[in-house]
Amino acid sequence: MLEIKGLNAWYGESHILHGVDFEVREGEVVTLLGRNGAGKTTTMKAIMGLVPRREGSIRFRGAETIKMMPNQIAKAGIAICPEERGIFGSLSVTENLMLPPVVAPGGLDVPTIYQLFPNLKERARTAHGTRLSGGEQQMLAIARILRTGAKMLLLDEPTEGLAPVIVQQIGRTIREIKNRGFTVLLVEQNFRFAQTVADRHYVMEHGKVIDMIPNHKLESSMDKLHEYLGV
Amino acid sequence: MFMIFGIPGPLLFGQLLLGLINGAFYAMLSLGLAVIFGMLNIINFAHGALFMMGAFVSWMLLTYVGIGYFPSLILAPLIVGIFGLLLEKTIISRLYKLDHLYGLLLTFGLALVIEGLFRNAYGSSGMPYRIPSVLQGATNLGFMYMPNYRGWVVLVAVVVCLATWAIIEKTSLGATLRAATENAPLVQAFGVDVPRLITLTYAGGVALAAFAGVLAAPIYSVNPNMGTNFINTVFAVVVIGGMGSIMGSIVTGFALGVIEGLTKVFYPQASATVVFLVMVIVLLTRPRGLFGKAA
Repeated sequence: MLEIKGLNAWYGESHILHGVDFEVREGEVVTLLGRNGAGKTTTMKAIMGLVPRREGSIRFRGAETIKMMPNQIAKAGIAICPEERGIFGSLSVTENLMLPPVVAPGGLDVPTIYQLFPNLKERARTAHGTRLSGGEQQMLAIARILRTGAKMLLLDEPTEGLAPVIVQQIGRTIREIKNRGFTVLLVEQNFRFAQTVADRHYVMEHGKVIDMIPNHKLESSMDKLHEYLGV
Repeated sequence: MFMIFGIPGPLLFGQLLLGLINGAFYAMLSLGLAVIFGMLNIINFAHGALFMMGAFVSWMLLTYVGIGYFPSLILAPLIVGIFGLLLEKTIISRLYKLDHLYGLLLTFGLALVIEGLFRNAYGSSGMPYRIPSVLQGATNLGFMYMPNYRGWVVLVAVVVCLATWAIIEKTSLGATLRAATENAPLVQAFGVDVPRLITLTYAGGVALAAFAGVLAAPIYSVNPNMGTNFINTVFAVVVIGGMGSIMGSIVTGFALGVIEGLTKVFYPQASATVVFLVMVIVLLTRPRGLFGKAA
């Protein structure tokens, strides 16, 4: 579904990605693991067209997207939940939820979203999205891209800084949307969490993908993984 | 003749009405400036010149084509709005990656060029624009005579301001605009064509200025400097109301018009400076303006 070959990305003078290669197949949940600064978030942004300069090849459903603008990439059916969550303070919770335009049929409707995230239904009338708790903001950031009909979701550290009970809820949500046929690329620091949701793991270091570990081999690769992640 | 605070009633109410009229123009102009500043991060110094263009285009439509006031209220903002759209597409959009100062310099230069062209063609003495016949005359309100056209201007300005506020605060288009003001790249990553949204926002703000220009044509003579006369006060209004605040611009615009009008009654010497006095006081006590949000 998503094939990335030789992806390079720059922020100004700094060359962040040095030839990233990996692929995500339809219906998979795939994680990018790696230390801070390995280039995981930049990879997500590069896929979405949100870096100032990028080269290489990003094919989505067979079509090359490297020359596209972010809005065209979104229209093609990729949606991002950014690391900083990107909830808008000048918009109400409902406005935040309804903000991303529908790009294709097959997105979840609002009742289904409220079923997945009962908290959001309770908080729907909140006048400023940023008044929500961190966990609620994260749920809103995921919920709003489920509406759009985009089937390829980029989730950048959705569990960062959240209480264990909310991390569990996000884990359930990711498994649920996988069952509904969504494809997920997940950036995660916490490989214990990643293990509960993912099919495969790519390990990044210094702006490159250096290894791929299928989820069922994760336990047997623990030594290797500890070395990669420095934990 | 009845007196209020030792001032003849008709004089007081007359100045109050004049203040409301000026306030109506302050509100409409600062509203457009606020919307443009929010989206483009550019302080549109050409705003006064585009206001003047609105008045001139309606005068030209009447003089050369015979199109009257009411169609002009739609046509002139449309024509000037398209002019603004072309300006943004061809020139202003090149500056978004540079320091804000360049946008300020460019739009200031554009204002000088536009006003210069009109001064060259029409001189600076000004041309009259007749009040449409249905709005001529005055109405006795009991405590004063109100010229119908002035009442009409205040009414239309209030409606236009509230409609603009409602579009921005209550519609999904407005929600997209507010979101893009906060974080344009993310909104674009959701599939919104943000560059087009920016162009249309500029055109919309410009059309609002031109609309105010058409309303102003029968009150002030149509002349190339009419924008400059207003725009200094309007910038003070924007600063007092708080950069980028919609309701702030509207309320502050009307309020300062009224304050200016009342100052003319009670202490005429200060009427030209009172707005700037208020600006100084507001900036000293609330640097973000009365309605500005903390960063």
